[in-house]
Amino acid sequence: MILASADGVDTLRIFGFGEGGWGLALLMGAGMTLAVSAIGLLIGAAIGSLVAWSRLSGHRLAGAAGETYAAIFRGLPELLVVYFVYFGSSTLLTGAASLVGYNGFVGVPAFVAGALAVGVISGSYQAEVFRAAYLAIARGELEAAVSVGMDRWLMFRRIIAPQVLRFALPGLGNLWQVALKDSSLISVTGLAELMRVSQVGASSTHQPFAFYLGGLVLYLVMTLATTRLFDMAEARATRGMRRIAG
Amino acid sequence: MPDATPALTVKGMHKRFGALEVLKGISLTANDGDVISILGSSGSGKSTFLRCINLLETPDQGDVTVAGELIKMKRKPDGTAEPADRRQVDRIRSELGMVFQGFNLWSHLTVLENLIEAPVHVQKRPRAECVDEAKALLAKVGIGDKHSYYPAHLSGGQQQRAAIARALAMRPKVMLFDEPTSALDPELVGEVLRVMRALADEGRTMLVVTHEMGFARDVSSRVMFLHKGQVEAEGEPEALFSGATSERFRQFISKERG
Repeated sequence: MILASADGVDTLRIFGFGEGGWGLALLMGAGMTLAVSAIGLLIGAAIGSLVAWSRLSGHRLAGAAGETYAAIFRGLPELLVVYFVYFGSSTLLTGAASLVGYNGFVGVPAFVAGALAVGVISGSYQAEVFRAAYLAIARGELEAAVSVGMDRWLMFRRIIAPQVLRFALPGLGNLWQVALKDSSLISVTGLAELMRVSQVGASSTHQPFAFYLGGLVLYLVMTLATTRLFDMAEARATRGMRRIAG
Repeated sequence: MPDATPALTVKGMHKRFGALEVLKGISLTANDGDVISILGSSGSGKSTFLRCINLLETPDQGDVTVAGELIKMKRKPDGTAEPADRRQVDRIRSELGMVFQGFNLWSHLTVLENLIEAPVHVQKRPRAECVDEAKALLAKVGIGDKHSYYPAHLSGGQQQRAAIARALAMRPKVMLFDEPTSALDPELVGEVLRVMRALADEGRTMLVVTHEMGFARDVSSRVMFLHKGQVEAEGEPEALFSGATSERFRQFISKERG
């Protein structure tokens, strides 16, 4: 309704790439959202596989540490984690810098803190995905690897990792979507990702509906397109698993 | 017969799981070309014995020597044994081709990839050479046309033949078969036994844990009958199957035949 009203022409200009147009800024915001989510997912993969390994290792202490980590970060509101990582890491760095004689404030770039926050949260969920994926590998296949003389590292690289990835892909696809959405919370740190750009656009042009609708569309395009990518990767990774009917 | 180093010797092997003593001092010598069938009812320890040879289970006591090389073991503080040199164990395992009851092909790899995986990455042989050899082996076990299939797309008999080819691709000194036909539908048993018989005929050294009485009697050069973790009877198949050596074995085969 608003779009079709008198400022309909205005709306087109707002999303355009010409003077006064927000098109480029929104696209760059979307790019930033993709980047910070992707890096966050990767950080989460590193954390998640470490936590999964700790829980599978059979070491009581390592297992308890991993379990505690997962319980904490799954139990906290994401927004709180974002604030905590953003301000916490700056405080830590400033403290560390003062130890070596530098007495000013050292800020962690919003991108780094944001990716870290997304990663810390995603990691707590990815741990469970990786653990379940590892447990889904047929024990006999691991025994076969041992029986041909593979050492642990070779077995991990050639037999375990490819299969864990294969079994983890559906879960990782879900967590990618979650990371993409969680990344909007990083807007509170001022990082110019899609949410933040939409907010700034909305308030400076007084057209919240148009801007949030634009943001909404871009988020949807991103989640739908990348979900499709995950589906394709999954189809490729599971091609050996489909049984011929009959 | 020339006095050569045996392909495999086992001396005084013991294994216990908790309070249960599964192997109570089993010894065996396999010379080159020997085909030894290991029989016994379930719980007799025959699979455990085979798995202790390549250390899929760690024996508590006993020496395993492969082509003259003793697997070095040491005692942990709690008294149980463990390999002294993991690299030696890995190397010796690569010389013992194991075939499992459940095939255990790597499901994320095609049949051909299954065959070249260990030769290329464990033995570090040239890939092209391994591929040629793998294709020849697949043809030999009768599934030359299946090399680009994934294991899930093969029948059980085909999977087991691929698994035998995978073990052969390592050029093993001894083949270990752990109930290779027990998981197969009856109509698929024959194709696997034919492949095993062909291997025996070409002089492969084989240890076969099995319930296939026909194979044990007709193909093996020696039969070992385990009962409650001990060797109850051992010898050439004709002698053993005549029933004269061991009353218990006579009962066992009449039960197996149903």
